[in-house]
Amino acid sequence: MKFWKKAANLVLRFVLALVASGIILYLSGYSPLKAYKAMFWGAISNWDGIALSLVQATPLIFTGLAVAFANNCGIFNIGGEGQLYLGAIAAGIIGAFLPSMPHFLHLFLALAGGAVVGGLWASIAAWLKVKANANEVIITIMLNNISILLCSYLVNYVFKAPGPVPQTPEVQPSASLSRLGTGTQLSTALFLGVLLVFAVWFILYRTKVGYEIRAVGANPRAAAAAGINVPGMMTLALFLSGSLAGLGGASQVLGLHGRFIQGFSPGYGFDGIAVAILGGNSPIGVLFSALLFGLMRAGGMVLDRTTKIPVDFVLIIQAAIILFVAAPDIFKSLKGGVKGARSVAK
Amino acid sequence: MEALRMTNISKNFGQVKALNRAEIVVNKGEIHSLLGENGAGKTTLMKILYGIHQEDEGQIFLNGQKVTISSPKEAISLGINMVFQHFMLIPNLTVMENIILGKEEAKMGVLSYGESRKKVMELSERLGLKIRPDMKVEDIPVGEKQRVEIIKALFRGAEILILDEPTAVLTPQEVTELFKVLKALKAENKTIIIITHKLKETMAIADNVTVLRNGKTQGVIEAKKATPEILAQMMVGRSVMLEVEKDKVEKGQVILEAKNLSLGNNLKNISFKLHEGEILGFAGVEGNGQTELLETLVGLQMPTSGDILYNKQNIINHSVKERLIMGIGFIPEDRNDRGLISNFNIWQNCILGYQDRYQKNGILNLSAIYKESKKLVDRYQIKTEGIFSPTSSLSGGNAQKLLVGRVFYHSPQVLIIAHPTRGVDVGAIEYLHQEILAMRAQGKAIILVSADLDEIKQLSDRIAVLYEGSIVVEGSAHSFSEEELGIYMAGGALKESKVVGS
Repeated sequence: MKFWKKAANLVLRFVLALVASGIILYLSGYSPLKAYKAMFWGAISNWDGIALSLVQATPLIFTGLAVAFANNCGIFNIGGEGQLYLGAIAAGIIGAFLPSMPHFLHLFLALAGGAVVGGLWASIAAWLKVKANANEVIITIMLNNISILLCSYLVNYVFKAPGPVPQTPEVQPSASLSRLGTGTQLSTALFLGVLLVFAVWFILYRTKVGYEIRAVGANPRAAAAAGINVPGMMTLALFLSGSLAGLGGASQVLGLHGRFIQGFSPGYGFDGIAVAILGGNSPIGVLFSALLFGLMRAGGMVLDRTTKIPVDFVLIIQAAIILFVAAPDIFKSLKGGVKGARSVAK
Repeated sequence: MEALRMTNISKNFGQVKALNRAEIVVNKGEIHSLLGENGAGKTTLMKILYGIHQEDEGQIFLNGQKVTISSPKEAISLGINMVFQHFMLIPNLTVMENIILGKEEAKMGVLSYGESRKKVMELSERLGLKIRPDMKVEDIPVGEKQRVEIIKALFRGAEILILDEPTAVLTPQEVTELFKVLKALKAENKTIIIITHKLKETMAIADNVTVLRNGKTQGVIEAKKATPEILAQMMVGRSVMLEVEKDKVEKGQVILEAKNLSLGNNLKNISFKLHEGEILGFAGVEGNGQTELLETLVGLQMPTSGDILYNKQNIINHSVKERLIMGIGFIPEDRNDRGLISNFNIWQNCILGYQDRYQKNGILNLSAIYKESKKLVDRYQIKTEGIFSPTSSLSGGNAQKLLVGRVFYHSPQVLIIAHPTRGVDVGAIEYLHQEILAMRAQGKAIILVSADLDEIKQLSDRIAVLYEGSIVVEGSAHSFSEEELGIYMAGGALKESKVVGS
């Protein structure tokens, strides 16, 4: 009963978002119905559209999981974008510059490198939060800029491949995530993402650490009174959250682009926030909402190809969905995050 | 003469029937006690009278006239005033400013206090409501805040004065003072309604008692003809044991010892010894260091100096978790704050703090957890649809049973218990008291903090009184009268330390 009510509520909010963006489209002189048809139908009616949707969804699974994981510990990790960038460049460097070695090992090192670097980057925020009671929202968002600019420096001056484009040399085949067929951009990164959905679910709901992380997220004062190491759990959760975002960046590099390219992410880290909240911060929910966002991104590309409607329209729909569907919850979790931050020290 | 009649009052909040054709009749110039357990609908009924809620059905008559009251403003103009449990004063205004708020006089737009001030001071003197008009409200003690609220109500011309749990925050002396004031008001033919769940004060002050249970009026009884047993039965719907029977328990070894514990300004040189099979009660007005003392004992706060010995081992540097594993169980003062996680379900709360016992290689052993949680729920008579229900669905009493049960179930050696029966109905209080005494009979050592003096006196073997972070007196429980405890709690005159028994 409660589930259906929730679901109905979500659908209603979604429809409202479409209506609102439809009005904007209509006022701009386009037909909203045509646009929606081109978009959604284009994204699901043929294999190319579906593959494109999945390609777009893949990084969002990682970043959505990252945000959701931290949220479960009461921490609002807004720094997914920066963690994604550092994970990506770490994987790009490991994939391109390490001497040749067996495929499995090289791929593992590249992925692990991305995860660890993303995790450590996020841990800076955790450390400041625990030591100085700094608000992680502000810290993680500032770290985004530092991270992205640091990556720009690295790719322009230190690890740049020859040529005019700021990018690292191509990743060796031994470190690549294999494509799921010729002529498609889909790679095993998608499977890695789905695998992580279940791994995160297992950690959160079946392990002692996950139980403690969620206890801290739900009531840090009660968790402290029960002997749970609250700062420790927060640090761990942010580390793992950053690792997930870092893995997202790594999988883009190893599976899609084949190298780190400056500006490769159109904001996957930030979209991860909406994905996580739309998915109710549950791993399974994240999977589905990432697919929806992927579908919309792919639909936007179809729209661009087949109609005169500007692709920016998709951004309007996304914004409307975030406003209507996710914003109330974002606000709630933001408030929760700030409250959590205040109470760490106690 | 009849001052107030409310008949057939019903009120629903969503699915919840808060009031179901409730009735109350109050005579002019009487003190009327509106008695009932938490959630019986007392406050809702009075909030309807005060215009905060509107009744779904039913009628209100004032002095025989039918009235509709749609806002507190209307209620006030009809001479009805309510003093809430949480005072509605503005902390950074002065007492006088608070009292005249909403009824300010002004000359050419400039506030003029002359007349009002005279009137307020006259009220204060006549009724023995001592106030300091120029103090800021944030700087005055709770009892005085209450007096300010009462004067404010009278200043607004209250004929019917509703007091919501007025003694909840007062020391015994302040309660006596309050009762004097109420009697003075009664002598001036004011009508007073006291919302309460305390039998003793109902007996002490009220003329008539209306008992509510589950939103229905159970009956009206003259206080002179009532006994606590009768009232309790009306409140709960079955007979209740009001006095707990305490068996004699052989005191064992000293298991917990505090040596000169200090924590900033909150704790000053606290020392005590706690034996096995003994309950040491800490009495005191809230905010005199109780919270800090308990949190220091369990390891949530680090004292600035002093030692804590557990089985002769200094545990001052042990973490909360280490102390918990050693056998120190903690029942914090506010179950919603540090006790339970309200958006966890019941089994998740059953293992909180003890999750290490239910895992293997870091993976939770769910079948064992479910099994033990069911046992715990049965053992501590927690009324719920099952261990998968959300904890927020539990009533206050059942949530408290869950919190207490969780700690008791995992067999601690020392129990640190704060306010075990706060916000809990009479039936659950009886049950929780028996469980606490059962732990004592098993030889567990117990530290008990409670704002309820009766609870402290009934359960404790020894009592220590905390005042401004110090133990001002300590002795065996039966060596203190309630009045004496009250004086110590107020930091009062009887300051020469008293050593009684051991």
